[in-house]
Amino acid sequence: MTTKQHIPLSGKLHEWITTVDHKKLGIMYILCGIFYLLIAGCEALMMRWQLAIPNNDILAPETFNAFFTMHGTTMIFLVGMPILLGAANYFVPLMIGARDMAFPRLNAFGFWLFFFGALLLYFSFLGGQGLTGEEGAPDNGWFAYAPLTSKTFSPGSATDYWIIALFVSGMGSIMTAINLVTTILTMRCKGMTMMKMPIFAWMMLVDAGLILIALPTLAAIQIMLLLDRQYGAHFFDAQAGADPVIWQHLFWFFGHPEVYILILPAFAFISEVTPVFSRKVLFGYPLMVVATVSIGFIALGVWAHHMFTTGLSPAVLSYFAGATFLIGVPTGMKIFNWIATLWGGQIRYETPMLFAIGFIAMFTIGGLTGIMLAVVPMDWQLSDTYFVVGHFHFVLFGGLLFAIFSGFYYWFPKVTGKLLNETIGKWQFWLLFVGFVLTFGPMHFSGFEGMPRRIYTFMPNRGLEMYNMLSSIGAGVQAIGFVLFVYNIIHSLLKGKPAGDDPWDAWTLEWSTTSPPPPWNYAKTPVVASRRPLWDLKHPGDPDWEYE
Amino acid sequence: MSKRSQTNPIPKMLPPGHVGMMSVITTEIFFFASLIVVYLAYIGKSISGPTPEEILSLDLVSINTIALLTSSATVVLALKALQRNNIARFLKWMLATALLGAWFLVGTAIEWAGLIGNDHFTLQTNLFGTTFYTLVGFHAFHVTFGVCVLSFIWFCGLMGWIQEKHHQNIEYVSWYWHFVDTVWVAVFLVVYVIGR
Repeated sequence: MTTKQHIPLSGKLHEWITTVDHKKLGIMYILCGIFYLLIAGCEALMMRWQLAIPNNDILAPETFNAFFTMHGTTMIFLVGMPILLGAANYFVPLMIGARDMAFPRLNAFGFWLFFFGALLLYFSFLGGQGLTGEEGAPDNGWFAYAPLTSKTFSPGSATDYWIIALFVSGMGSIMTAINLVTTILTMRCKGMTMMKMPIFAWMMLVDAGLILIALPTLAAIQIMLLLDRQYGAHFFDAQAGADPVIWQHLFWFFGHPEVYILILPAFAFISEVTPVFSRKVLFGYPLMVVATVSIGFIALGVWAHHMFTTGLSPAVLSYFAGATFLIGVPTGMKIFNWIATLWGGQIRYETPMLFAIGFIAMFTIGGLTGIMLAVVPMDWQLSDTYFVVGHFHFVLFGGLLFAIFSGFYYWFPKVTGKLLNETIGKWQFWLLFVGFVLTFGPMHFSGFEGMPRRIYTFMPNRGLEMYNMLSSIGAGVQAIGFVLFVYNIIHSLLKGKPAGDDPWDAWTLEWSTTSPPPPWNYAKTPVVASRRPLWDLKHPGDPDWEYE
Repeated sequence: MSKRSQTNPIPKMLPPGHVGMMSVITTEIFFFASLIVVYLAYIGKSISGPTPEEILSLDLVSINTIALLTSSATVVLALKALQRNNIARFLKWMLATALLGAWFLVGTAIEWAGLIGNDHFTLQTNLFGTTFYTLVGFHAFHVTFGVCVLSFIWFCGLMGWIQEKHHQNIEYVSWYWHFVDTVWVAVFLVVYVIGR
């Protein structure tokens, strides 16, 4: 045990800023992620306030444009990415029994690129000029379709902030991905063959591989757009013979894998939490690996299902519809594997498990509406309506965010040494769950009624009032849940019960070291013989390696 | 399920440098792939001249190509020499590699000077100019970076700081260099053969 020394605040700050430790970097990623989550949540609340009643005038149209753009961009790049990369940073080396990531300094560099990229994006509120030359922040929507982003239609500097901020933080993500691939492939402890890795590490490996393939495409088109805007190039200039749809193709070649980049780590959290709280091994580990790898490959070939309304040829439409149905198969395999893990288990309904079950249920609904949208004629009807907004919030909120909370409640004791308060946790879950269904459920119906997305207000007497009012009430209920979450973190850090090394009686390596782990992770490099090394340790008479 | 005996094999794993460098190259491949896809999509789409047939000539660029491809061979010879701990020979081939890379850059500069000075053909001229300068420019930027690294290694060798044990790290630089050459083959085919 380390002896406590009194370190002045400036010394602590210096230690955190100069650190190359994967655990400290992981914590900083996650703290940044939570910070931007609250900001993006406030933006969403403002939008729901504006849309609560018809012809409302809380937000000006320009501000509304900036808010939905910043909400989307923030949630994807400044909340999803850092929390997932942070979790991978923190737990991959611990789970595979390594001292640190393969390239610790590159790791720190990647984090600081993300950090300053994020600051740059939010500085645009002060420094940028948008569509009308008045508003600060980017207002092109998070996928920034050409030609709206051209200098003609977006004369201010807001779009340039969007380009450069995401380019910089994207470089950081690529560096972290290089690190993750290398760490997982080359730094596993003795006995840990590929098929004995925790499923978490497998999913993070495929995830990092997707980052390596998808992110450079975004970087390339961002450079093209910057050249167009600043140096008079013509990449997306239809008047020079260019085809603005090229932006859509390349953006979604990045954008669709990006969705899987966000959801694979969510799968990873759920695949760790579900077995521990069902007291069973994960059902179908080899099938999970196969499904993860197939998702990785198929994710690269489905991008144009975001573009069914751009006038693609029937052959292209059929292919992308088919590929999108196909990717439902490995994803469905996972859902059945989780249900089979729950089946007959001694389920403990603690907060991590509540969020995990919430994830499985809500993600399944989001997945099914995704399959509906893959049916081309259906998509023609529903594209750019609130149905799509409902669909992807079921996937990314009911899916990703629930998984993040599940993982947060599960691993918080390991990271801080304190348990989060269960009572507040359960309140948070039920408030978020009810608020979530109330917000995003009705969006499917307002979408069917024809309410377009990204519109700052709507007319009365079109059958949309009730749905929008319900959504806005739901957003308010969620807000209470988020406040409870922040309160729980602070409360538990100050007064939480000590966690001990292994509060959940779990099986992966990270629970064998102290909470929080020492800088060197393990005093002695672990040796493993199965996928559940701690089970073997606790049950020497009936170890897993006899059956695997 | 049948019972098995306990095994803790040491997993067969590559050195971190191998995987790290291959990851860098993978991500770079997809970066250039995006630029090349856009170039291919825009061939013949410019609504105003000049066209590639009118202004691109194969004479200079062929010599450039030969220089760059040769440098892939010389960097291999340099590595071989270093493995045999023949530092003098290593330095000779390293210098040759850096100079061939620099030759390529000078050749590109001459070509661009002609295009900009004589033909008044720039990034802004038309769609062809936009894609041409971006694709060829990003490749030349990678060559520039490579030449800097190669020269730095050569300089370190000259100062006597490089020994046989640095072989592995210099091999990673050579992988990058081979990658840059391979990309040039693709760029050459796309810009000067298919696009012309």
